[in-house]
Amino acid sequence: MSVFFNTSIARKISMALSAIFLMVFLLQHFAINFTSVFSSDTFNEISHFMGTNPLVQFVLQPILIIGVIFHFVMGFILEFINHRSSKVKYAYNNGSANSSWMSRNMIWSGLAILSFMLLHFADFWFPEIDAKFIQGDWEGGKIMVDGILTGEYRYFTELQHKFSYAPRVIFYCIAFCFLSLHLMHGFTSAFQSMGSTIGRKKVLLNLSYAYSICIPLGFVFIALYHFFNH
Amino acid sequence: MKLKLKIWRQKNSTSKGSIVNYDVDNISPNMSFLEMLDQLNSTLIKNDESPVAFDHDCREGICGSCSLYINGQAHGPDRAITTCQLHMRKFKDGDTIFIEPFRATSFPVIKDLIVDRSAFDRIQHAGGYISVNTSGNTQDANSIPINKTDADNAFDAATCIGCGACVATCKNSSAMLFVGAKISQYALLPQGKVEASDRVTKMIDQMDLEGFGNCSNTGACEVECPKGISLDNIARMNRELMKSKVL
Repeated sequence: MSVFFNTSIARKISMALSAIFLMVFLLQHFAINFTSVFSSDTFNEISHFMGTNPLVQFVLQPILIIGVIFHFVMGFILEFINHRSSKVKYAYNNGSANSSWMSRNMIWSGLAILSFMLLHFADFWFPEIDAKFIQGDWEGGKIMVDGILTGEYRYFTELQHKFSYAPRVIFYCIAFCFLSLHLMHGFTSAFQSMGSTIGRKKVLLNLSYAYSICIPLGFVFIALYHFFNH
Repeated sequence: MKLKLKIWRQKNSTSKGSIVNYDVDNISPNMSFLEMLDQLNSTLIKNDESPVAFDHDCREGICGSCSLYINGQAHGPDRAITTCQLHMRKFKDGDTIFIEPFRATSFPVIKDLIVDRSAFDRIQHAGGYISVNTSGNTQDANSIPINKTDADNAFDAATCIGCGACVATCKNSSAMLFVGAKISQYALLPQGKVEASDRVTKMIDQMDLEGFGNCSNTGACEVECPKGISLDNIARMNRELMKSKVL
């Protein structure tokens, strides 16, 4: 098994597995965020459940963090190996004649997503960790009065507050464009790396375009919706 | 036709090369690209200059030696051909043509446009064969029933001529289309299945040892392959490795 993970193909397969895992997570993340558009209560309830459920917090969240870190680290490792393999460049290369821009620039779209994630973590994840694990707020901002939890959950208010700042919304929108480009190649590429030719079939190609356009566009819509309705 | 050529000139494997400009005249549109280079070399020899070194052998698209990167594409702007099958009618009078050797760390330049592709031979030696006891009682391959789809796919994979266009085109200098084809041509046939596990491991190990990059599924290799080798062969290679190591 250890020999298997030393091969170039094993690195590809592990990259693809982490990509598929992250795409499933992204879909779930979008579904939850989208509830904020039509019901603040639903969004608050789901956010509270996800933020306090032990299975999500102590099992799924660490797996997600490992998945994200693994995907980025492996991406850099692959890029380093690929750079070493093709040190001397052509004086004239017509890359667009045989491949898409997205497929040739996964590292750049990936870096754009990474920079977005750093901001996203600073915006939402670190404050959430601080609130729960340092300040001990496991009730989502509600206060105990006479043995009864009163007030409102803080999640929706925080979301609206973050998206009231125009530069942040613009940055998010740009980052989602890069996410879309990354997914346009990454979606089908992951299946190919897993040894499946289904990624080249028309049905999956269409599904790939649908996913890589609709999900980032949906996130852009959520950000703009809250910016204009806060 | 009159053309401006920008050709990579490099004295030997250790020297530093550069692009040198040449003007050529009286080029017939019916000439093959290699014949155009022959004409340039005749002129250079007449002028006591060193001719441009380039690889060629069969000149009918079989040997895969004519490894040239023309105007930013392996084997030039046409599809499913080698350089020797490229004709000058694909260019216009007054065009500037860049001619470079295939670039990859694993394909070092020997001289001018000639690269050392022996890395492919070493990958093939590592496992790209079937061990057959030819003692006299070997079963006739034609007597073994093989379904049509597998036979066709194996044949398609076997049409790979090992020219290296896949490596040259790939932004990562990955050799996975070549190795995938060589693995597939055996993996699909009953004779090849016996050593399939060993073969895939050894060939991939050798490919990694040679320093080729990782496939990032851009699909450029498939587009530029003169024999139309499909990306499906890379997927099959990945499956074969998983089968040999995990299952």
